Amino acid sequence: MISLSEIDTTTKRACKAMGFSWGIAEEVGKNMRNMELFGLPGVKNLNEYFKIYPNKQYQKISLISQNNISDKIPYCPIILGVNFLDQVKVLEKNKKIIFKNIAFPMLFLPFVSRGSEVIGKRIFLEIEEKKFVFNFNQTIYSNISDQLIITNVENLSLSFIENSNSFSDDEWKEIYKLSEKTFVEEKDSLKAHSAGAGLTDND
Amino acid sequence: MKIELRDPNKIMKLSRLGSFHQSKLSFLRSFLQEFKDWDYQRDLFDLDENGYGKAIYSFKKKNKIYSLICFSNYLKDEERSDRVIATKWDAAFVLHDGIPTKQDIERLYNNVPKQEIGRVSYKELSLSRANKSVRIFNHVIESLSVGKQPDKKIISEVGYLYRTTAVYGSGKFGLADRFRLKNREEINGPFRLEMMLVYLVRQFTFDQVNHVAKLKNPNKAVELDKEICRNLGIGNSTGLGMAPFIVNHPILLNNWILARETALKKIREIQIVKSDDKDLFYSCLKKSIKNITSWNSDSEFQKNKIKQLLSDLNKFINFIENKFDFNQEYAFNKMYLWIESNLKEECIEYIVSIMMEPYEQITGPLVKQMSSDEEKYFNIPTERTIFDLREILEKKYENIIKIDFNERKNNKFFWFVSKNKEEPRLADRFIEEGHELEQPLAIARDIKKLYERIANEKNSKSIGNFLIENNDLRHVVRRAFIIEKFPYSEIQDNIIGSNLIPIDMLRLKLSFFGALKFDPRSDKWLRITMFQGAPLPNELKNFNEQWIYNSLN
Repeated sequence: MISLSEIDTTTKRACKAMGFSWGIAEEVGKNMRNMELFGLPGVKNLNEYFKIYPNKQYQKISLISQNNISDKIPYCPIILGVNFLDQVKVLEKNKKIIFKNIAFPMLFLPFVSRGSEVIGKRIFLEIEEKKFVFNFNQTIYSNISDQLIITNVENLSLSFIENSNSFSDDEWKEIYKLSEKTFVEEKDSLKAHSAGAGLTDND
Repeated sequence: MKIELRDPNKIMKLSRLGSFHQSKLSFLRSFLQEFKDWDYQRDLFDLDENGYGKAIYSFKKKNKIYSLICFSNYLKDEERSDRVIATKWDAAFVLHDGIPTKQDIERLYNNVPKQEIGRVSYKELSLSRANKSVRIFNHVIESLSVGKQPDKKIISEVGYLYRTTAVYGSGKFGLADRFRLKNREEINGPFRLEMMLVYLVRQFTFDQVNHVAKLKNPNKAVELDKEICRNLGIGNSTGLGMAPFIVNHPILLNNWILARETALKKIREIQIVKSDDKDLFYSCLKKSIKNITSWNSDSEFQKNKIKQLLSDLNKFINFIENKFDFNQEYAFNKMYLWIESNLKEECIEYIVSIMMEPYEQITGPLVKQMSSDEEKYFNIPTERTIFDLREILEKKYENIIKIDFNERKNNKFFWFVSKNKEEPRLADRFIEEGHELEQPLAIARDIKKLYERIANEKNSKSIGNFLIENNDLRHVVRRAFIIEKFPYSEIQDNIIGSNLIPIDMLRLKLSFFGALKFDPRSDKWLRITMFQGAPLPNELKNFNEQWIYNSLN
């Protein structure tokens, strides 16, 4: 089995060999390591992309906006990803961002995953019927099959999920009530001799 | 009294880093401390009369077991080479996580002797190979087989029976990735598994010579004297492969140096030096001189360094014996100030290392801070501004940005990876081909380029916006924001300049390993000895922590 360390080093070098800068190659190495760690087909997609990369033209986006459309040639997922990562703190102000026409969109995913960690928010992403939730670069939920290669996608959208509870106030109260059963009722003698911060004391 | 940490602009110069010596913070010493209460065992020893076959050694504590599997085989003299380009060795070793099954041993037998062209698995932790010092090895066997101990003079000239030519870890060739092991407290120190491998290999070399001598002459043979064993280490040949490591792991480098600098600072802040601590310092200092007088090297560069070190040490001993009062307040601080003004770098760092000897309470906690989580600081803070970046470059790379890279001498070398062996190499860009495939190790040059590139940028511009058009310098933008947090993360020198001495980079790393007797064979590779004087595995439960000074020959 190839180790993650080998994946990182080798894909970084491959990326540099394709003409990307060392700094971008470092990002890609880290991404491939993450994708394989999460069980996503990183090396497979990168390999396919690099087979056709030298012979095709790609749109190299710079500033990302709410709607990003490239009619004629597809966006390069690596340049798109690097810029997304670099601009994510500005981009999160938009609720939803749309990209039209991206080559090998799977290679864009690890940048989004890392972006989720940078801004401390979950990100929901759709590649047509395929759905992904990025959880702070800790996990990725998706409905895709394991070894998917997508060469091009017309529509990709992502939304920043505001941090909020996934449960209702009533549900929280119910679970809290159960937790109280681990507390000891303080009688007068305990109050007198067992000093310590109470449940609501924060000092 | 509050002492400041030493200035990174001074300490991170290569000539200073290349003057570092082993200390209580060194990995082989902290490995022995950590594993002293583990149970050591030789689980298998299946060698023929020539010493060829396999052996297994283990360290065990509760349900945790680490096993070293050794494969020894016949090697023609003409095939024996220490160069990394070699394809066969006298012995090959692998550290396995747990107890290997028969299938594991079979699998490893088919792969470990092949080293780089074999594959190991996530169940293996470290991989290595070694060659005999044939002269010493044969002399020891000849002597033991006729009932005599080997000549100590011959032994001390070399100091080991085998030398390793590479020790691999952390995911190389399929070895376990670091993340699989990160929660194991016993190996929460840099290179601890590699140290374990080398330490157990040392024991294998003793068992092998005893075995061969015994089978050669069963009636007369004697075992190698324990005292001689203790005075033998494991040699190591190290080339340029190690050099890029310290550039590629800036946070790890910072944590090593910061631990050393913090220890020195705390020692200098001690108001009253206790009598026992003074005695231990003085005793280590005196005993360590044997280390220098028995330090053999054919290298003129090293001979001069050793000569200067010895002369400086005598000057220092004369100073503390005749002009220094250990009872004065902040004695170590005053001593440090004296050595900085009166001695050369090699000796300054030598004494700094010895100053740590009495202070386990200072160095012990620091050892635990010498690993790093590089991932945590990988992302570039793109919301920061050009103003911030400029300030970092001017403060943290003060000398680097003064270098003129238009001058040929400052741009002489390029670092590349050899296609034949996938190992780092260094070449003259004005003579050799291949500089277009230069590795991103010319940090000084690229930092200077970055500094020039931002000269006309607006202070308020965000780094994210700057990078849109300047991703060719992304790797050094990342580093700039790392050095902001980690002051000792960067070598403050130009490692592509004509005055580069690459072995300074190797020595830095090897000193943290705990190596002794650096013996440069050129400006690009050197030999060292590890674990010379160390207790034997069955003595670990109770050993003198200052063994490194007590047992040297």
